[in-house]
Amino acid sequence: MRYSALKVLMEGLRGNTGWKPVWRDPDPQPEYDYIIVGGGGHGLATAHYLAKIYKRSRIAVLEKGWIGSGNVGRNTTIIRSNYLLDGNEPLYEFSLKLWEGLEQDLNYNAMVSQRGILNLCHSDGQRDAFRRRGNAMILNGADAELLDQDQVREMVPFLDFKNARFPIKGGLLQRRGGTVRHDAVAWGYARSADSHGVDILQNCEVTGFKIEKGLVKGVETSRGYIGAKKVGVAVAGSSSRVMAMAGLRLPIESHVLQAFVSEGLKPLIPGVITFGAGHFYISQSDKGGLVFGGDIDGYNSYAQRGNLPVVEDVLEGGMALMPMIGRARLLRMWGGLMDMSMDGSPFIDHTPIEGLYFNGGWCYGGFKATPASGYVFAHLLATDMPHETATALRLDRFRSGAMIDEKGAGAQPNLH
Amino acid sequence: MSGINRLDGGQIDRNNVLTFSFDGKRYSGFGGDTLVSALLANNVRLMGRSFKYHRPRGVFTAGSEEPNALVELRSGARREPNSRATVAELYEGLTAQSQNRFPSLRFDALAFNDTLASFLSSGFYYKTFMWPVAFWEKVYEPFIRRAAGLGRLSGEEDPDTYDKGFLHCDLLIVGAGPSGLAAALTAGRAGAEVILAEEDFALGGRLLAESGILTDRLASDWIEEVTAELVALPNVRLMTRTTVFGQYDHGIFGAVERVSDHIPEPQPNKPRQILWRIYSKRALLNAGATERPIPFENNDRPGIMLAGAMRAYANRWAVTAARNVVVFTNNDDGHRTARDLSEKGVDVAAVVDCRHNAPTSADFEVIEGAEVIGSRGRLGLKAVKMRFKDGSEREIACGALGVAGGWNPNVHLTCHKRGRPEWNGDISAFIPVKSEDSALRVAGAAAGIFSTHGALQSGAQGAIDALNDLGISARFPALPEAEDAPVNIAPFWYVKGGTGRAWLDLQNDVTIKDINLAHQEGFRSVEHVKRYTTLGMATDQGKTANIGALAVLADIEGKSIPEVGTTIFRPPYTPVSIGTFAGRSRGKEFRPYRLTPSHKWAAEQDAVFVEVGNWLRAQWFPLKGETHWRQSVDREVIAVRKSVGICDVTTLGKIDVQGADAAEFLNHIYCNGFAKLPVGKTRYGLILREDGMAMDDGTAARLAEDHFVITTTTANAVSAFRHMEFCRQCLWPGLDVQLISTTEAWAQFSVAGPNARKLMQKIVDTDHDITNEGFPYMACGEITICGGLRARLFRISFSGELAYEIAVPTRYGDALIRRLIEAGKEFDVVPYGTEALGVLRIEKGHAAGNELNGQSTAAMLGMGRMVSQKKDSIGRVLAGRPYLQRVDDYRLIGLLPVNLDSVILAGAHLMNVGMESCAANDQGWVTSAAYSPHIGSSIALAFLKKGDQRHGDVIRIVNPLSDGDIEAKVTSPHFIDPEGERLRV
Amino acid sequence: MIINHPLLGPRDAQEFVYLGDANLIDRPDPSSSTALDDFHDYLYLRDNPAGSHRELWFHEQGDRSWLVVTRDTTTHEITHVELASEYAKRQGRDR
Repeated sequence: MRYSALKVLMEGLRGNTGWKPVWRDPDPQPEYDYIIVGGGGHGLATAHYLAKIYKRSRIAVLEKGWIGSGNVGRNTTIIRSNYLLDGNEPLYEFSLKLWEGLEQDLNYNAMVSQRGILNLCHSDGQRDAFRRRGNAMILNGADAELLDQDQVREMVPFLDFKNARFPIKGGLLQRRGGTVRHDAVAWGYARSADSHGVDILQNCEVTGFKIEKGLVKGVETSRGYIGAKKVGVAVAGSSSRVMAMAGLRLPIESHVLQAFVSEGLKPLIPGVITFGAGHFYISQSDKGGLVFGGDIDGYNSYAQRGNLPVVEDVLEGGMALMPMIGRARLLRMWGGLMDMSMDGSPFIDHTPIEGLYFNGGWCYGGFKATPASGYVFAHLLATDMPHETATALRLDRFRSGAMIDEKGAGAQPNLH
Repeated sequence: MSGINRLDGGQIDRNNVLTFSFDGKRYSGFGGDTLVSALLANNVRLMGRSFKYHRPRGVFTAGSEEPNALVELRSGARREPNSRATVAELYEGLTAQSQNRFPSLRFDALAFNDTLASFLSSGFYYKTFMWPVAFWEKVYEPFIRRAAGLGRLSGEEDPDTYDKGFLHCDLLIVGAGPSGLAAALTAGRAGAEVILAEEDFALGGRLLAESGILTDRLASDWIEEVTAELVALPNVRLMTRTTVFGQYDHGIFGAVERVSDHIPEPQPNKPRQILWRIYSKRALLNAGATERPIPFENNDRPGIMLAGAMRAYANRWAVTAARNVVVFTNNDDGHRTARDLSEKGVDVAAVVDCRHNAPTSADFEVIEGAEVIGSRGRLGLKAVKMRFKDGSEREIACGALGVAGGWNPNVHLTCHKRGRPEWNGDISAFIPVKSEDSALRVAGAAAGIFSTHGALQSGAQGAIDALNDLGISARFPALPEAEDAPVNIAPFWYVKGGTGRAWLDLQNDVTIKDINLAHQEGFRSVEHVKRYTTLGMATDQGKTANIGALAVLADIEGKSIPEVGTTIFRPPYTPVSIGTFAGRSRGKEFRPYRLTPSHKWAAEQDAVFVEVGNWLRAQWFPLKGETHWRQSVDREVIAVRKSVGICDVTTLGKIDVQGADAAEFLNHIYCNGFAKLPVGKTRYGLILREDGMAMDDGTAARLAEDHFVITTTTANAVSAFRHMEFCRQCLWPGLDVQLISTTEAWAQFSVAGPNARKLMQKIVDTDHDITNEGFPYMACGEITICGGLRARLFRISFSGELAYEIAVPTRYGDALIRRLIEAGKEFDVVPYGTEALGVLRIEKGHAAGNELNGQSTAAMLGMGRMVSQKKDSIGRVLAGRPYLQRVDDYRLIGLLPVNLDSVILAGAHLMNVGMESCAANDQGWVTSAAYSPHIGSSIALAFLKKGDQRHGDVIRIVNPLSDGDIEAKVTSPHFIDPEGERLRV
Repeated sequence: MIINHPLLGPRDAQEFVYLGDANLIDRPDPSSSTALDDFHDYLYLRDNPAGSHRELWFHEQGDRSWLVVTRDTTTHEITHVELASEYAKRQGRDR
């Protein structure tokens, strides 16, 4: 079923009775060529590209709950490709390009909205680092602009320019950055994958891997054993738990990141703004809610909820940056599980077990990578070769020392 | 004109007449009114518009769960959008505007959406607005954004202040209804430290809304008596206007106290609101219950409200939404509303009870087995249509309809730690799960105990049980006799049949049809339905909506409600102002300032200051006539190179290391050796992280065999100390060594330049020899200055000149800078700031923050050979990994522009001459750049691939951000005195 | 969260800085022939359990003790707290 304005009109006229399920609800087959574990954004995108671009078939996505119940359904919806390092930037820029064509690719309006992302700087050192990063972005084919204080003031006059503890010196602007309606990403990929024959199996929790002589044969699930030629795991947040079933220890810790949304307000904030002297970033959704977040709570957690000190820290940053939001009300706060990796960068790689592939370690930056992550993971599953934008994202990079450490924080996940 | 709908009685102060305005029109009400009760008294039923279809709406509830009556409260910079008028206390001069309508509340152009409703069904936007491609961001989205949103923020800085506080107690009691009051009485009398928090401005909870008698007197008398006793107990803290909004780990609760929201603006020096972090040993939730509606077609007209709210307005505020009302119910509680209104003289046209065994009444008609199936009256209810049990229909004229669908316990706080409530069939509602974690107990209606008697008893028992955990014995108090009616309810969730729309989520305009459509499209999990339809995502978080949607889903799937599931409630219980969470941490008070010992003196010199972490440091010292910062900085740099300058370097981290094993300890910390450093000598040291990357650098001075003083960079002072404590306590706990940070204990100044010694000799007491022979380069020692003041002297240099760092106890820092400047007059001494410090160190080729950014190896910094392989130090092993040892890695170099007028910018990238500028050809980047008065041009430090082998090459410095592309010569990073002779004179 | 400091009693977790898995105490023998692999596993690989987790907290705004805290990562319940130096000595660390 193709979606269009005409279709909406026609259906409206006949009482919306003709809409079909966005994805089927099939029973598991005994065996698939490809099993993707994890029905989040990355897993569903992987299935979509595997079927549509790499023309593979006999594909299933296994989701322990409902699709999109992980971090694709609980994030702050930001997309951008403003990374510094060559190990990262090509992947995120590839992702941004895929976002730009997503609606046409999926025939689903995920509301990709390129209203820009502005990172503020408050010191000469930060500005130097932004210049290095902005230049690296341009050299990698992305867009970037370095704004001085006056340009920032003109763009976002409501920031605190007169009384700031850490005066705004300028900012790094990526106009192609922005936001996407996060749930719709999962649904759009699911719909497209389903239409290409992918079986999306919800309430199907993987409880074990069947591995013989170093070769993966299939997975045990809450809906029975399912055989597979290749298994790709994309379960960020639960990576360690799932991969432990295959006997692997990962360079990953699970942490909680809180996010926040305010009551709906008339338009106030044009794009995404990040504070450079505290932990705060913000955008405003199409519905009108201010969507914002800050730093992770900082301790290992699977509890999917955080504590007050970080809430206060984030909102202190918010009030320091834009004191006009004081009388807006915080409506809801929630916590998501982050795969915090040892250098702050993700993994898309083979594992030591043949036929078993891993995609994870996204820290709190996985949402923006969804299209490219799916694309390059599909590439790896289909060809057994890393995609050209993901050659550095190896699981064994710490053995060689080829870290991709954007922040320079070292092997301490809660600092990334 | 006040009060055509005003009844007798109520908890209002009729002697206190308050005037207010709504949408520019003036009205009056009484003390004790809320904005809603006062509007109802003035016969105003239309109060808002819904989010999506802009349907006219009136008040639906009498509490903080209100979905409809949202207004912009106050004006100017204090405008508060989305304020629930049900909990806005009336004050003299209150102004409120309706919101999300244009041009007016009665005529809203966007109500046109309502006529398009069939095309704007759930999720329609995911299916369209995709063509033409460019139109989404340019046309569709801007339109949607303008149409969406509710109220408007002022866009001005919030003029009010907020505060934060911390409270500790044995027992936190959340909610001061009958259950909470009984609990507080019980715990208070037992001597426990008690906090009783109530979101309302009055104590009493649901008792205030009821007409029932306690033993033989009015509930208000009992409340007054209990309140008086609690106020008199020093161990009980009563907090009204205080919402406990969240439960966190280990008994910690977040609460917001609205100190000044009931008055026009805060009194001088008073905050608007306070964020309380409450540390409780035990907590008791008595948050009551929220009534739920029974959706039917067009159940959203102004005048249709919850029956319990209708009763609350009549009993507490003595108002009715209309003089003729109908009640629609599935349980006995609806009859109570009809009874109370009837007794107050309101014409109860009928009680429509869907049950077949409804109680009867002499005062009003009860129609059993019947349903309300529709309504009429666009801007205010005119009539409801009902269907008898035989299927025949009738219209009943009325101005208000009370709907009673049963009550849901307010379990929210019990879900904040991800507890899931469980279904109770007796009351057809979710109740808090019995938790093994007894830190939070639940009593009263929040526990599903709905009678007043049950609330009183369970509150007292809850307090006894909670205190028993703490070893505090409490006695069951004498409590008044109260009604103990059973909950007679027939599960009846919504009216079936019909072709129109029946609203579940009033604010977000989610109808039963929307739930059906979502399910039809495959959104079957509760969470999917919620996200696809936006049910429960509005400012009321679906407090009156969610259960109805579950019931609809249960019917579609042929399951029971608990099988379909529940949704998790997340903090906050009700929305909380953002400013409250920030407290005083905003503006200049966002973070504390740390001031250097010479700050006062520097301010007297009109120094320009710069934020360095939390420190404020002098950036440069402009003299009269200097109009550009470069004039000042160049002058300061030249003065240091020519004569002598002074810089406050107190901000560098200082760590005192003492103990018999101090040297061995430092051998572990630094990658280079320290064991053999003689007493009286200082050595540069590089600290690696365990992953082999450079962490920090500084100097270590050996004052005695068992005593070192080390420095760290300003930025890493805290983390380096933490790391060293980790090494000491966790890795080598057997070493005899102690650490203490002395950053704040010593004021330290750098005295640098060819005349530095002459200057120092004027203040160092003469029994200390600081000649080049007596105190050579890298010497250190404890000395006295100015006639006996103890000090530490280090002959170390960041500038590349003959230099000393002199440290005195911090309290003498101000005196020392004044003495040094005075003594240095004959040498034309200058104070220099962080800018000149930066230029001097770039000229000298010293690494700083831009080079030590956590991504550099020792080899990159040109210190690869410093990493001693003869001993075990942190980072040595992993520094040996192949990628960190690769020969084509970056190396620190200097850059000198070919055209001396060119300006090099830090952050520019390096490309080989003749190569395309792209990532694949990237050769490195400029880390630090400055104008060097010494060289007479822009100079820079940079990391260049194989840079150590490319001195003398010409390379391009590209800056695509501003189309910069200049050529520069690769040099040694040491632009000045590469042999280090000036240091040693 | 509240951490019951063995010397100072219950303190708000906000006073502490978190490092991670207490296995970071078990620094491998740098002179071993397998030191490179040992250090890789030590520094980079984690059990990351969903459940009881022994971890390091530093009382930065307090007495500067490193503590080994046993905490459940699914409920945040803390079952044991001790001085890291004592724990480390028990693990055989010395000088």
